[in-house]
Amino acid sequence: MGEIRLMKGNEALAEALIRVGCDGYFGYPITPQSEVIEYLSKEATNRTGMVVLQAESEVSSINMLYGAAGTGRRVVTTSSSPGISLMQEGISYIAGAELPCLVVNVMRGGPGLGTIQPSQSDYFQATKGGGHGDYHLIVLTPYNVQEMVDFVKLGFELSEKYRVPAMVLADGAMGQMMEKVELFDQIPRRTEFPEWATTGKPHDKERRIVTSLFIEPEVMEQVNLRLQAKYRQIEAEETRFQTMNLEDAEYVFTGFGLGSRIAMKAMELAREKGYKVGLIRPQTVYPFPYAIYRETAPKIKGILDIEMNSGQMVEDVRLAVGDKTRVEFYGRMGGMIADPESVLKHFEKVYLGVE
Amino acid sequence: MSNLVEVPVNPEVVQDQFVVYKKPKTLTDKPLHYCPGCAHGVVHKLLMEVVDEMDIQDKIIGVAPVGCSVFAYDYMNIDMQEAAHGRACAVGTAIKRMMPDKFVFTYQGDGDLAAIGIAETIHAANRGENMLVVFINNAVYGMTSGQMAPTTLPDMVTTTTPFGRDVKTMGYPLRMSELLAQLPATYYITRQSVHNAVSVRKAKKALRQALEYQKEGKGFCMVEFVGNCPSNWRMTPLESQKFVEEKMTQYYVVGDVKVPGGK
Amino acid sequence: MTEEAIFAGFGGQGILSMGMILAYAGMIENKEVCWMPSYGPEMRGGTANATTIVSDTLISSPIISNYDTVVALNQPSVDKFEEKIKPNGTIIYDASNILRPPTRKDINIYGVAGSEIAIKLKNIRVLNMIILGSFIAARKTVKPESVYEALKKVLPERYHHLLPVNQKAFEEGMALI
Ligand SMILES: Cc1ncc(C[n+]2csc(CCOP(=O)(O)OP(=O)(O)O)c2C)c(N)n1
Ligand code: SF4
Ligand SMILES: [Mg+2]
Repeated sequence: MGEIRLMKGNEALAEALIRVGCDGYFGYPITPQSEVIEYLSKEATNRTGMVVLQAESEVSSINMLYGAAGTGRRVVTTSSSPGISLMQEGISYIAGAELPCLVVNVMRGGPGLGTIQPSQSDYFQATKGGGHGDYHLIVLTPYNVQEMVDFVKLGFELSEKYRVPAMVLADGAMGQMMEKVELFDQIPRRTEFPEWATTGKPHDKERRIVTSLFIEPEVMEQVNLRLQAKYRQIEAEETRFQTMNLEDAEYVFTGFGLGSRIAMKAMELAREKGYKVGLIRPQTVYPFPYAIYRETAPKIKGILDIEMNSGQMVEDVRLAVGDKTRVEFYGRMGGMIADPESVLKHFEKVYLGVE
Repeated sequence: MSNLVEVPVNPEVVQDQFVVYKKPKTLTDKPLHYCPGCAHGVVHKLLMEVVDEMDIQDKIIGVAPVGCSVFAYDYMNIDMQEAAHGRACAVGTAIKRMMPDKFVFTYQGDGDLAAIGIAETIHAANRGENMLVVFINNAVYGMTSGQMAPTTLPDMVTTTTPFGRDVKTMGYPLRMSELLAQLPATYYITRQSVHNAVSVRKAKKALRQALEYQKEGKGFCMVEFVGNCPSNWRMTPLESQKFVEEKMTQYYVVGDVKVPGGK
Repeated sequence: MTEEAIFAGFGGQGILSMGMILAYAGMIENKEVCWMPSYGPEMRGGTANATTIVSDTLISSPIISNYDTVVALNQPSVDKFEEKIKPNGTIIYDASNILRPPTRKDINIYGVAGSEIAIKLKNIRVLNMIILGSFIAARKTVKPESVYEALKKVLPERYHHLLPVNQKAFEEGMALI
């Protein structure tokens, strides 16, 4: 068993970045995730020699990430919603150039400067593009501090396997709360780098170019077809989710990250009252676990989706179940957090007609 | 005791002869959220006093930054726009271009103006936009609780420079006033401070001067303030004034950097 | 056993660390724990609170609607959280700081003279430890020994000379119940 510690989500994530053998961090402070760069500034360089660079902006951070990823190193940036918006151009270029790397979004309420309180309103941005072009990120949604750690490792592994950038989509609550975590042991930083990395032209081999520019449309289409083929493979093989109490469930609560924690509590409260409620919790939201919803739908009377936004993931849930079951939504916005009692009341109202 | 005047308790009957100090009408009644001893409050007041004295409350538009002064529009009783982090100079440029007969100023911290927004700052200056930039240089990111800024002094400890700012990997503190003074289109650039009474008086004159130049259509003016951030410097307000006096103003020398007609 | 508690008061009263110490103590006893602070500019002198959950089983939501126990160090916190206590739940408040005490009949109410003890100990900063002592005496969520262990983790090493006064404060607080 690994070392157990009580840690804040942001700090646990930073510790995991060191332990995963990260070569570089590039970032710009923003609430509610500035603890990541602060923790790394204190710990990382002394321990592993990892480069930690405070950039002058998120635009710069993401382009530093592009350059560093192009050298085949394990590299990461972290930010929160407004900063992630600024990064969208760079993320699109990284996806186009097929560079593995990790981007962490500790979401806060928007739009605009918004609020620094937790939110989940960047789901569309994270899963449906965000930047321009036909691309996807592999998007992991931690629901506790342990997954803030585990998804750092998983994120890099998946990203490197497919050469598709990965995103950890967390929120202010995940970043700020403290829980018990088990940390994996230090992984040494790599000394060998992939074939495609621009590390200097080998005498006996072709040189490498990192680019997302393919000016001939015929070529650009081929690149797109290759990307799409990868996305189909990722959808087939890397979908991850968790279920609870589905065996006897008549209703299913669902949500991702913080929303799924609240859904889980609401499920407990519902069960105390004798309602047979289960839970589906996507861990990857791209690829989205459509199948589990599709399979469950005919067996239940309805789904209640809980998110801290106006209803974003719920579109994917509806896409999954079609008219096989009824889908209802409960959300709070702008940094307000749904409380489990209100979720339960909403459930009783819409599904059971209890006022 | 004989020279003591009895002051009436009921504020409604306070007579003019007893008033020794008034806040400008261009400041709202909202209590400032700034930490005790912070320069932001003083500069807000000076700026609004000048607006009051020039009687341009109805002719001036301000642009608030993202930083501790993000709520400047809560206190400055004038029309204002809130810009994205670093983009105040772009927003200000456009407001002025749409309404050249109005006064426009931006109010920005060092992270906002010299890090994320440095491109907008330099290009607005380089175009000689006829507006005023009020620049609060407190050498840290105050709002996000004390990370390194482009203006952090060498070896200064911040939350992202726990071992002190190492100029070899983190660069040297940017002297924005000197940098912008190089550009032919900038008109008046001055560095001030507000850490004692004398400097406060001078600072106010500089703000007035800059707005007078704007009235005459002279072009880009910037008044930099060597500020303080007692909270994130982990100092008492007094200690922070001393740090301004002894350390900050050594690196950021107070005085006019560029004045019309040379220097 | 699950304890869903909230610690609330003014920023600077050591609210966040009370909850954190409890969470650490729970972890030392191999329990599941979760600590969720309020964060943001309101921390500058305004109100602060930290939800702390200690449980023998997996913790679902870090955000909860109703609490087993509310610890309130100022009037706004009593006013805000009294109605959010579960029936048969508990409120512990600093009697020296509160003019309008809780009035509900279906909860356990402990008004403890925390600030008075703190003044007696000549250290107002240990108020949070006094109240935490009362909390543990009333709720027995964790053992006192675990709290002493936890203190060592939460207090940075350079403040370890303050461990005895904090422990003393904690014991005095226990004795108030
Ligand atoms: C795009 C974006 N990145 C980061 C932030 C977070 N942020 C808010 S204020 C600030 C820096 C403030 O420092 P400064 O401009 O020096 O103002 P001060 O608070 O010191 O007055 C940062 C990084 C943000 N709001 N938006
Ligand atoms: S944090 Fe610093 S800059 Fe911000 S209000 Fe406080 S003292 Fe002023
Ligand atoms: Mg600053």
